[in-house]
Amino acid sequence: MDGARIVLTELSRYIIVLLMALYTYFGFRAYGAKKKKQRRLVRKQTRMTYIFHFFGYMIIYLNTGDWKVLEIYGMELAFFILCGIVYRIVYKKENGLIFNHMRMLFVISLVMLGRLSTASAMKQFIYMAIGMGVCIFLPFFLKRAKKLQEDGWFYALVSLILLLVVLFFGTTKYGAKNWLQIGPVMLQPSEFAKIFFVLGFAGILSSVQLEFKKVVQVSILAGAIVLVLVAEKDLGAAFIFFVTYLFLLYVASGQTIYLFGGLCGGSGAAVLAYFVFSHVRTRVMAWKNPWICIDNQGYQVAQSLFAIGTGGWFGMGLTQGMPNAIPIRESDFIFAAIGEELGAFFGICLICIYISCFISFVQIAVSTKVYFYKLLAFGYSVLVMIQTFLTLGGVTKFIPSTGVTLPLVSAGGSSMLSMIIMFCMIESVRILDVRQEEDEDAMEETE
Amino acid sequence: MLWKKRNRPEESTEVEEVPIVHGGNKQVMVATYFFVALFLGLLAYYVFFMMIQSKDVINNSYNQRQNLLAQRVVRGKILDANGNTLAQTVKTANGSETRVYPYKNMFTHVVGHSSKGKTGIELMENFNLLTSNNDPLENLKLRLSGEKTIGDNAITTLHLDLQKVAYDALGAHKGAIIVSEPSTGKILAMVSKPDYDPSPEILGQRWDSLTKADGTDSCLVNRATQGLYPPGSTFKIFTALEYIRENPNYNQFSYTCKGKEEQDGFVVNCYKNHVHGKQDLKLAFANSCNSCFAYLGTVLNLSKYKKTCEQCYFQRNLPTKFVYNKSSFVVNGRSNKEEVMHTAMGQGKTQITPLHLNMITAAIANKGVLMQSYVVDHLENASGNTVRTYQPKACGSVMTEEEAATLQQFMQAVVESGTATSLKQLSYPVAGKTGSAEFDKTKRSHSWFTGFAPANNPQICVTIIVEEAGTGSEVAVPIAKKIYQAYLGN
Repeated sequence: MDGARIVLTELSRYIIVLLMALYTYFGFRAYGAKKKKQRRLVRKQTRMTYIFHFFGYMIIYLNTGDWKVLEIYGMELAFFILCGIVYRIVYKKENGLIFNHMRMLFVISLVMLGRLSTASAMKQFIYMAIGMGVCIFLPFFLKRAKKLQEDGWFYALVSLILLLVVLFFGTTKYGAKNWLQIGPVMLQPSEFAKIFFVLGFAGILSSVQLEFKKVVQVSILAGAIVLVLVAEKDLGAAFIFFVTYLFLLYVASGQTIYLFGGLCGGSGAAVLAYFVFSHVRTRVMAWKNPWICIDNQGYQVAQSLFAIGTGGWFGMGLTQGMPNAIPIRESDFIFAAIGEELGAFFGICLICIYISCFISFVQIAVSTKVYFYKLLAFGYSVLVMIQTFLTLGGVTKFIPSTGVTLPLVSAGGSSMLSMIIMFCMIESVRILDVRQEEDEDAMEETE
Repeated sequence: MLWKKRNRPEESTEVEEVPIVHGGNKQVMVATYFFVALFLGLLAYYVFFMMIQSKDVINNSYNQRQNLLAQRVVRGKILDANGNTLAQTVKTANGSETRVYPYKNMFTHVVGHSSKGKTGIELMENFNLLTSNNDPLENLKLRLSGEKTIGDNAITTLHLDLQKVAYDALGAHKGAIIVSEPSTGKILAMVSKPDYDPSPEILGQRWDSLTKADGTDSCLVNRATQGLYPPGSTFKIFTALEYIRENPNYNQFSYTCKGKEEQDGFVVNCYKNHVHGKQDLKLAFANSCNSCFAYLGTVLNLSKYKKTCEQCYFQRNLPTKFVYNKSSFVVNGRSNKEEVMHTAMGQGKTQITPLHLNMITAAIANKGVLMQSYVVDHLENASGNTVRTYQPKACGSVMTEEEAATLQQFMQAVVESGTATSLKQLSYPVAGKTGSAEFDKTKRSHSWFTGFAPANNPQICVTIIVEEAGTGSEVAVPIAKKIYQAYLGN
């Protein structure tokens, strides 16, 4: 038994990387392919995902001997199969690539968390199920474009109010005041504010003629939201909201000057923040040279780099590393734990999956004809991408660490729910647009 | 483009009274390219980190994964430049592993120990020794059968013969010896005494007594890199450098030594109150005339003096992987006469490590260019294939080529007519500087020598400190002679 365990654990290092590489390759192949071939590739991807899921949990079980692992695996498997069926009904006509990516990211999250702590895997799984449940209704919610568009200001205000509530009643964790305790539940309202933020501003910006005066008005509201986040010391989120708004404004107005002006203003604000806030200086210091302050400010980044570096290209093997040495390993630094045990090849594939998600998102934004939908899809894709970039860049010391979660992978109920909703919002846009097109085509034909 | 272009013009399908002008897909595409570029940058950096940076990053004592690796990899060997084993892991009779150091105390500080924490090369190359770059298939086979893979070996720049000579020459004295190659910064030998046996069992037994607080012996300290000593007359190198830098016509300098120099009521004496008489700069350097150098201190521009010393790595981090202490130089524009006079001749509050002095001496031999000091030449996998080579690295000039040439002449004069004339008997020219550092009036002085040979084509650079042993000429110079003889012949 022990011999088998060693052999399987060792072989799994290579098998998992191979599965992931194939999965990623098929994902990119699907773009140029014809519909029929695309469907075949997507089906192959699905198979890869299930095999990876099985392998991951088998290795965890073999190395921990914990029956609970098998229990969780069974539940997850049932959930994924059910999801696949429901998805094909609700989101039909979609090519399935985005859903596949979501499922793959779920599996990565659950395997990694299952290895780190079965309790968090279980929790994560429950949030996943809730999130996917909510998403069944999203296409119905989004159907009335005109009404949503008119309510833009309302949604933007909801976003502001959510953040204000945290500012006044929130609790502080890891230096940022971004948690709200309601009874036994800890919420991160800024995660949900993201959904309303894009919904609101996509509505506002798509429904008005963007003269300079109007732009100033809208920007004041957006600026207020960002400032509330700065006041909460949640600079990662402030950055995400800021850049998302900037790109929304850029696309809606068609004026490059707003983008450049905003980026310059943002850089200025960043420099100002560096001199005003000590926690910004801390992060920058830890980024520039974590080794001289390895005991304090540089600790997180240094431990993250140790994990990623020691893992090497193929990883130490699932359950064979020491990810417990990484701080915040289950949420903000989960990529370091992945890098340590599953390796850098796997990590690169994971980044490619996010890029592939982004390309699929933009495809939807580009092909959508209803302008509000276009902005909505674009806004969500930009938001997801900035966040992904911030967390991956921070964990690998490409940029200073900002403490945000890795979409669909990091543990955390609020971020999980909000990310699932954002992914599904984009997909809903797609199916609503396809429907509209069909209606039009039908009309053209009758003429 | 990856998606089908639509032929229809961009327009809102919403029916509006006033048509609203919006940006369209062009802007979306600009944003897309922007983000894809960001991610490609991230990917490139990630690959760069894995291929280049990670090896140095993970080799850090804060990385807790060494025990994990030790369970899977047999720690690699440490070898000298000619393949002699300095440290290796072997299986004991009961099947457990132990680290063996065949030369016991001789290499203790430079090679280090690997139980009770890690030091020396064992620390420097910890993760590399615990990484196996052997044939991947071979390693896979070993792993699948549940056996350990064989870690990489570290091939050092050390020379067993030279180390032995240096180790014996220092005898029962406390002190340190460093021998390096000026053109590369390679360490050829490094001795620190008192020493201890690094093998795990003996270290375990003796650990409590070694770490006891009374610490007059401080066996565990590598004096060669960590010992901070008053530089004595070896510091005249820096004072002379500053003088020639400030005075291009230093050739015309003249001073008459009366055995002491007195200014503002402060007195500095020459060794045994010896009266050197009329001296130029070279003679004063060769004879190590304290009075003259104390006087020189009073005519120097002190802020420039400080700058020169800092350029020579006082108060700064040394470019090396050794664990070391920073040398200190505290004179500045506000210092009083007494402090300046003492500092200029090498007493006062100045402190220097033997490694630092060795690197500066090597820089003088190397036309002013300071080389990074290193002791591991390359890493090999268990089959003997090179995995990684550490290249010599120049860290800029600490002085100009002309200044270095002048100091070389001065140091040669020390051997020809000054305080190290016993080195004149060698068949090749030697350059050097002696020092006798007083640290306690009741004890004998520390004996210093730092120099290189052959002076016209420097091959090795030797720095020696012998604690409480006497003058540089009496104790350190004869040791230097033995080392030169061992490496370059008689």
